[in-house]
Amino acid sequence: MAITLTETAARRVEKFLANRGKGIGLRLGVKTTGCSGMAYTLEFVDETKPEDIVFESRGINVIIDPKSLVYIDGTELDFAKEGLNEGFKFNNPNVKDECGCGESFTV
Amino acid sequence: MALLQIAEPGMSAAPHQHKLAVGIDLGTTNSLVATVRSGMSTVLHDEEGHALLPSVVHYLPDGSVEVGYTAQAQQSQDPHNTIVSVKRFMGRGLKDVGDTAQLPYQFVDTPGMLQIQTRAGQKSPVEVSAEILKVLKQRAEKALGGELTGAVITVPAYFDDAQRQATKDAARLAGLTVLRLLNEPTAAAVAYGLDNASEGVYVIYDLGGGTFDVSILRLSKGVFEVLATNGDSALGGDDFDRRIFCWILEQAKLPPINPEDTRLLLTKSREAKEWLSDHTEARITSILKSGDLVDLTLTSAKLKELTQHLITKTLNPTRKALRDAGLAVEDVKGIVMVGGATRMPQVRHAVAEFFEQDPLTNLDPDKVVALGAAIQANVLAGNRSENDLLLLDVIPLSLGLETMGGLTERVIPRNSTLPIARAQDFTTFKDGQTAMSIHVVQGERELVSDCRSLARFELRGIPSMAAGAARIRVTFQVDADGLLSVTAREQTSGVESHITVKPSYGLSEDEIADMLQSSFNAADSDKQARALQEARVDAERLLEAIAAALSQDGDLLAEAERKQIETSMEQLRNLMNSGNSHEIHDAVEALNHATEEFAARRMDTSVRKALAGQKLNTLEL
Repeated sequence: MAITLTETAARRVEKFLANRGKGIGLRLGVKTTGCSGMAYTLEFVDETKPEDIVFESRGINVIIDPKSLVYIDGTELDFAKEGLNEGFKFNNPNVKDECGCGESFTV
Repeated sequence: MALLQIAEPGMSAAPHQHKLAVGIDLGTTNSLVATVRSGMSTVLHDEEGHALLPSVVHYLPDGSVEVGYTAQAQQSQDPHNTIVSVKRFMGRGLKDVGDTAQLPYQFVDTPGMLQIQTRAGQKSPVEVSAEILKVLKQRAEKALGGELTGAVITVPAYFDDAQRQATKDAARLAGLTVLRLLNEPTAAAVAYGLDNASEGVYVIYDLGGGTFDVSILRLSKGVFEVLATNGDSALGGDDFDRRIFCWILEQAKLPPINPEDTRLLLTKSREAKEWLSDHTEARITSILKSGDLVDLTLTSAKLKELTQHLITKTLNPTRKALRDAGLAVEDVKGIVMVGGATRMPQVRHAVAEFFEQDPLTNLDPDKVVALGAAIQANVLAGNRSENDLLLLDVIPLSLGLETMGGLTERVIPRNSTLPIARAQDFTTFKDGQTAMSIHVVQGERELVSDCRSLARFELRGIPSMAAGAARIRVTFQVDADGLLSVTAREQTSGVESHITVKPSYGLSEDEIADMLQSSFNAADSDKQARALQEARVDAERLLEAIAAALSQDGDLLAEAERKQIETSMEQLRNLMNSGNSHEIHDAVEALNHATEEFAARRMDTSVRKALAGQKLNTLEL
């Protein structure tokens, strides 16, 4: 399995990285907090850690630590607009349940 | 499903803990709100896709309020109840605002700040501004999907205390937490990333709707210092409109016209001006309420001729600001253009000619201030790592702590720029002292009782040592929000104690002014009080030390010698309560002198003890 980006998401990440002026890719991860147990994290990456797993999707380096990968393997990251708001969205096949807000989930 | 933004490495927020912060440019003509998403500063649009919100507030007969384009459309219909350019009146009294006859409002002269009579009652400029801010706040919360942590609001560099306070009050009235008021030129410089650029002098030329503001900034070590500001608080794009308006009246040979027609023609004038930024001719047509018809063509050459004196009026303050900063045109590293009026080609040309270099214009001059404010808000809300902090504020009153005898020891002097950290070492006063009380105070006075007490805390668990042997490092740290934290740490054992205080809360501007005033007035008596306290502390320390020595090594003294020392001690003790600083000082000297022989004998004894039983060659000499 792997982590992929939609074309829209990839172009956005590319733009944000260019604007930031530094960074080698995008880190996806999970943290064990939130109302349903786990929450997604999304961060710029300046340097990888030795245990990191790196995928490449549409020209973007996607970096994940192995512990997080278990929960989000197969995820497709999308960029969406909802009304005036816009941002990234995890389409995660492992999710059983989400909290109302969608910021945390259980597997 | 919530939409996520990319955070800085290690800065991901927990769910529902995102710190949503915005930058707001509360402009004379237009206002904007911007935020940083995935590391990028962007202006937030309304549902119709407008970035700008005209700073126009219309009070309707049914009691409701319109803000922005819908209000702007009412300018010519209902001029008395449609407030434009309210920023000009922020924190101003009626006498500060010249030329009220030209404006279509009924002003009410109230103490402090004028008010405007509308059909919804008397409105202060603060209330009118709050209406604009409310709309921006709603827009931001919709776009970001949550409540705002806070906002950075920009103000012109020349805004005085009353005007800044009025801006803060308007924000509070709109339900916004003000993270900071930021000077507009600094915001513009930040938007251009000049804070990351090479060090040097930058000029911010800001020709907005109603104000002209030129600022000379020096960037050094990532910090902007405002070297000089100048400007004209009654010169802006509106004046170009008015100039065209007067030209229309002349050309169309119109009689004096009513307020509705005035607004209508002013709107037409503005449209013609904007059109001429990328066209050479603009047609102005209108049918007035009076039945008069206007049909004119304005060329860009004519506009240039009409407004040349206005542009010259911007270059004079620019020249003055440079002179105030002691700089020449050649010293300027870059020029940032701010404000919609800088879109006019003749303005750009004039500036390029003056500085002998092309100004920076690649960011939208209407948005650049809001974009910079958003970057600053993002930092202040804590979404960036610490070393990205940007400083742009100073401490209004010194921060310090209480030392023996109720004296103030200043740790961070007033006017220090934020954020700042300062450490100072203190020691124990008594032998075997294991705790220290730390009293944090704010103010300029020498005696703690005259300063404002901020917090008290204790450092416990100091290892038992002789007086003066412990090294206690007290660190004062004030972050970009003005939040003070004080840490005390005993260096040898590492025991530590910590407290966080918010100094600016609870002190009004007036109180700050009063405290400063009294420190100037009281400087002399404070000095004497300080000298006396210091003498007393010295005396007490000496008495303690001698008493300890006497109980330990009293047998080294003959009875008469001991008596003599005890008499000197008694004299000093009496003087401590009644004498002045000189008398105490002299008595301390006398006691020191009286115990010299005793001290020498003690030294001999301890050296002899240390050497007893050791062979000469084992000693490290």
